[in-house]
Amino acid sequence: MAQHLQFPTFSRILHWTMAVMVLAMLSIGIGMVASLSDYHWLVSIHKPLGVLILILVAIRLVNRLVNPAPPLPEGIPAWQRFAAYASHVVLYALMFALPLVGWGMLSAARYPIVHYGSLQLPPILPHDAALYAVLRTAHTVLAFLLFATFIAHFSAAPMHALIYRDGVFQSMASWRTRSGKFAVATQD
Amino acid sequence: MPDPNSATPYRLSALREKGVLIRLAVIGIAVLIVVGCFAFVGGWLSPHRLTQARMIDRFEEVNGVWPGFRRNHAKSVCIAGYFDSNGDGVRLSKAAVFRAGRVPVIGRFSLAGGQPYVADGPAAVRAMGLSFRPPSGEEWRTAMIDIPVFIVKDPEGFYEQLLASKPEPATGKPDPAKMKDFLARHPETSRALQIVQAKPFSSGFANTSYNGLDAFRFVNAAGAAAPVRWSMVAVERFEPETPAQSVAQDKNYLFDAVIAGIERAPIEWHVVVTIGQPGDSTDDATIPCPSNRQQVDVGTLTINHIEGEAPGNCRDINFDPLVLPSGIEPSDDPLLSARSAAYSTSFTRRAGEKKEPSAVQISDDGKGA
Repeated sequence: MAQHLQFPTFSRILHWTMAVMVLAMLSIGIGMVASLSDYHWLVSIHKPLGVLILILVAIRLVNRLVNPAPPLPEGIPAWQRFAAYASHVVLYALMFALPLVGWGMLSAARYPIVHYGSLQLPPILPHDAALYAVLRTAHTVLAFLLFATFIAHFSAAPMHALIYRDGVFQSMASWRTRSGKFAVATQD
Repeated sequence: MPDPNSATPYRLSALREKGVLIRLAVIGIAVLIVVGCFAFVGGWLSPHRLTQARMIDRFEEVNGVWPGFRRNHAKSVCIAGYFDSNGDGVRLSKAAVFRAGRVPVIGRFSLAGGQPYVADGPAAVRAMGLSFRPPSGEEWRTAMIDIPVFIVKDPEGFYEQLLASKPEPATGKPDPAKMKDFLARHPETSRALQIVQAKPFSSGFANTSYNGLDAFRFVNAAGAAAPVRWSMVAVERFEPETPAQSVAQDKNYLFDAVIAGIERAPIEWHVVVTIGQPGDSTDDATIPCPSNRQQVDVGTLTINHIEGEAPGNCRDINFDPLVLPSGIEPSDDPLLSARSAAYSTSFTRRAGEKKEPSAVQISDDGKGA
């Protein structure tokens, strides 16, 4: 059976664009909450970047349903299949949850949600300091969870590239569009 | 037929293949580098970096922890009123708040310091926080105090100064040696203190002027920018505080006087913008504006309502000085970002804490209680 062993081009563009954005977002997030003099300009990037990620992840979810991921190579153990599936569900869930919790917590604190000049978003929750406190903690916890999931993803990718050599890494990393079967190491 | 054990690269036995362990090590190092970068950015590798948390920890170290209250400017009362803009600010800033007309305002009076139940005193710095709320939603928040210049120029100086001026348990006063040492290393603070001490404190919240201290930039509709500072200049005539006031039994005499005052008649301030010239320092709040700079009165602030801190009112608002409308921008003053950052941490800590009643309560008959 012929397999398309690559993610479609649009999926790969979305993946790599968002990879850069999410990594930048996590770095800016942990950096800004620790800084004084750099706080303001970092926050000024963090908020609009969060909105952009929220928009892109919605497009990406639709794209994923329309253009499913290529099947994993035969022979991958069940636990790895489950880990791959679960980590992707968690990544998508967190990419939705973090911007929404961020937006919600700013609403609950009654901060204006200014993005650029006079462009701003409406609040999505009522002004409630206690609710803000809960959401602010949730934002941190979820961000660390996203970082941990990212690290798992970031470790698994070179495992496929350097150890398993099963084409899974190339299915997302290669810029050239190819077709054919996964090149599992034992194939002749 | 291949060996069944090597039929798949996913088995542990694949580790025995040549070079696999080295490649695994490379992957491990790459992951460690990424985690290490994050740890560095987050400040976990630099225990001496001055972070928001350490700044607010220092307030707690000096003042104690008062759950539910701001870590600075803890003693306060909520106010509301309106700003009548005369339209003269439009040529300076495109912010909606400066168009001729009336804009609702909420805010707070407070005393500098992190102790919410401290007795009002003759040398307590009076403060005013405001949130201008034009219908367009472009909010302008500002937190001002009634001294003419700030006493430090950067967050590091502030952090040191807090500790140097911490009262000693034995004497109730700061250790003069520590303060002397601090001032020797911070001549800008010595100069600023001379300016501050040259002016007596007012007899109340109503007859003193509040200064934004930090410089900002006004940008008008044509895109022209100018460095500015702003002040709320009291309409009521200035009177210095008299010794009789603070020897009174009332621990809240300053607050109670302004509560009674607003009950009698609204209190007014002129909103005055001082326009800097090219070359004027904008990154050092210890330096006053040269006295010959143009000042523009952009309208009148009227406070006609006062109430105790309660859920949903000024208590639950962070008067972050960098909540600005389009048309007002931060200057290069490092204190601005640091204030925004520290206020944010203070707000987050207290938002999650159980609330105690504030010192200043207003009874139903409108009198301070």
